[in-house]
Amino acid sequence: MTTATQVDAAGGVFTPEEVVGGRWKEAFRRLRRNPLAILGALLVLTFLLVAAFAPLLAPHDPNAQLQIGEVRPDYIPGSSPGFPLGVDNLGRDELSRLLYGSRQSLLVGVVSTILGLAIGMTLGCLAGAFGGRVDNVIMRITDLMLSIPGLLTAITISVILGQSLTSVMIAIAIVNVPIFARLLRGSMLSQRESDYVLAARSIGLPRRKVVLSHVLPNSVGPVIVQATLTLATAIIDAAALSFLGLGNQDDSRPEWGAMLSDAQNYLEIRPALAFYPCIAIVLAALGFTLLGEALREALDPKFRR
Amino acid sequence: MLRFVVRRLLQLIPILFGLSILLFAWLRLLPGGPASALLGERATPERVAAINRAYGLDQPIWVQYWRYLQRVIRFDFGESITDGRPVTQVLLDQFPGTVELTIAALLFATVVGIPLGYFAARRHGGALDGVSVVGSLIGITIPVFFLAFLLKYVFAVRLGWLPPSGRQDVRIDATHITNFFVLDGLLTREFDASLDAMKHLILPAIALGTIPLAIIVRITRAAVLDVVNEDYVRTAEAKGLTIAVIRRRHVLRNAMLPVVTIIGLQLGLLLSGAILTERVFAFPGIGQEIADSIFNKNYPVLQGSILFIAVLYVLINRVVDVLYGVLDPRVRVR
Repeated sequence: MTTATQVDAAGGVFTPEEVVGGRWKEAFRRLRRNPLAILGALLVLTFLLVAAFAPLLAPHDPNAQLQIGEVRPDYIPGSSPGFPLGVDNLGRDELSRLLYGSRQSLLVGVVSTILGLAIGMTLGCLAGAFGGRVDNVIMRITDLMLSIPGLLTAITISVILGQSLTSVMIAIAIVNVPIFARLLRGSMLSQRESDYVLAARSIGLPRRKVVLSHVLPNSVGPVIVQATLTLATAIIDAAALSFLGLGNQDDSRPEWGAMLSDAQNYLEIRPALAFYPCIAIVLAALGFTLLGEALREALDPKFRR
Repeated sequence: MLRFVVRRLLQLIPILFGLSILLFAWLRLLPGGPASALLGERATPERVAAINRAYGLDQPIWVQYWRYLQRVIRFDFGESITDGRPVTQVLLDQFPGTVELTIAALLFATVVGIPLGYFAARRHGGALDGVSVVGSLIGITIPVFFLAFLLKYVFAVRLGWLPPSGRQDVRIDATHITNFFVLDGLLTREFDASLDAMKHLILPAIALGTIPLAIIVRITRAAVLDVVNEDYVRTAEAKGLTIAVIRRRHVLRNAMLPVVTIIGLQLGLLLSGAILTERVFAFPGIGQEIADSIFNKNYPVLQGSILFIAVLYVLINRVVDVLYGVLDPRVRVR
């Protein structure tokens, strides 16, 4: 964001941004001092590493029914040597399935957030930059989308698109589009009134240039915060959809929501099978939430000391 | 005032219109088209053609939309493909359960949330304040289904204090007039049936009510903190009013404005959150019906339920909006 001004440093010319270190540098400095942000970052980092190295970390093949002989209708073996978290109802190693499950959650979270961000920001930018009729049409569409509860929209879209992980990702992305669009628009509208925009206009910069290199970069803060928080809700929503029987139906690719859905039939004989995926979902979501909230505080001038 | 109400209600028309188009498009977009969705596994080319003729699916799209609109206005959403009941009947059977659950959850959230938020604000910076701030953050992050499982396991499976599933004990032979089980028990004087229905509501209501609870605590706390520093509170103090009167008439009353809006907004969200809670507790309401319909590919019921909840959500939000204007004259000016 600040690359253009940093180059000047060699020439000895200090822009105002360099004096205070730039908005993002400043925010990053404050993030490092916030213990909750550190906790969030550690959770997110663990989540990313587990997803990346699941095959190395997992003690067993997540689909091998290693202990199927031990499973009886009224008994599922718990922790035993080699199976620290026990096995599921089909005798597969629970820990390995949990570790592999992080990949699906990460995939859904990241893809649906980026997709929602791309569409939402495009719409929000069009509305914020052009105003008038374009703005009106886009805002009425977002009004309509926001007038239906997100979970219902997500269910509807994933049913229409058929049961697959892709349709869940698209569904969650679409639910988040109006949120991103409105945020960016609102943020851009408030920036448009700033003095620096007036200055940029008065030196005769074309509108495209003013919007893309002045208004937009200064408006993305709240959207980035929201995107971090959306990563958390996307992970929870994906689990919820999969818990309702939508989404990935391929049992050979473990998914936390589907594991939870399976486990509820065994709540009385082995409740841990329901709690492990729940805890995994909460930790992953909590990481992104803490990071997002801390980022919001770090970027918000009200919290600046 | 009247103008404000009428304008707000007129704004509903485009939203409802958009909703109807959305759900109409849904039927068209279903995998294999509406006919095979209706027939399910019994679909053969001849049957599909027959259905297409019978339902006018071979007509131009705008004729189809017009007919669809006419049917929706008469609450005709077709029939369930699992048992042939009209979708409207399914909704009437299931909806009272969801309403009971939603009201119970909202009661829990407000009755606990408002005092908690209020006292947290009064002891600003104290231990209770800290607990409520951290607690509400956790309450917002924890997914509904996690809490539902936890409650169900601890209080139903482990301790056996409360029933793990359903709306009423199957052994109770209760008369159902309205399908609101708690109300039915009271009306027919079968108080044990009513009490049993209430016991079935406790765990799902707490699970469903926790997110609204967390939000209500946060909003109440923030609103009270805002209000106590207002000039009119200082004036009231200067006039020599007793603390109790100031708190009741000046602080609480003004602080409640944002809280009322939030409660209204939560009511709509609870309706959709109920889908997950009902599934965990096998609680027969609309949410359970939606989950079952997804599993059975029972599209008419799924579509009817979603349209029903969506319309209800829109209407509730609009009513809250209007009520807010009634409560707070400043809103009307906008």
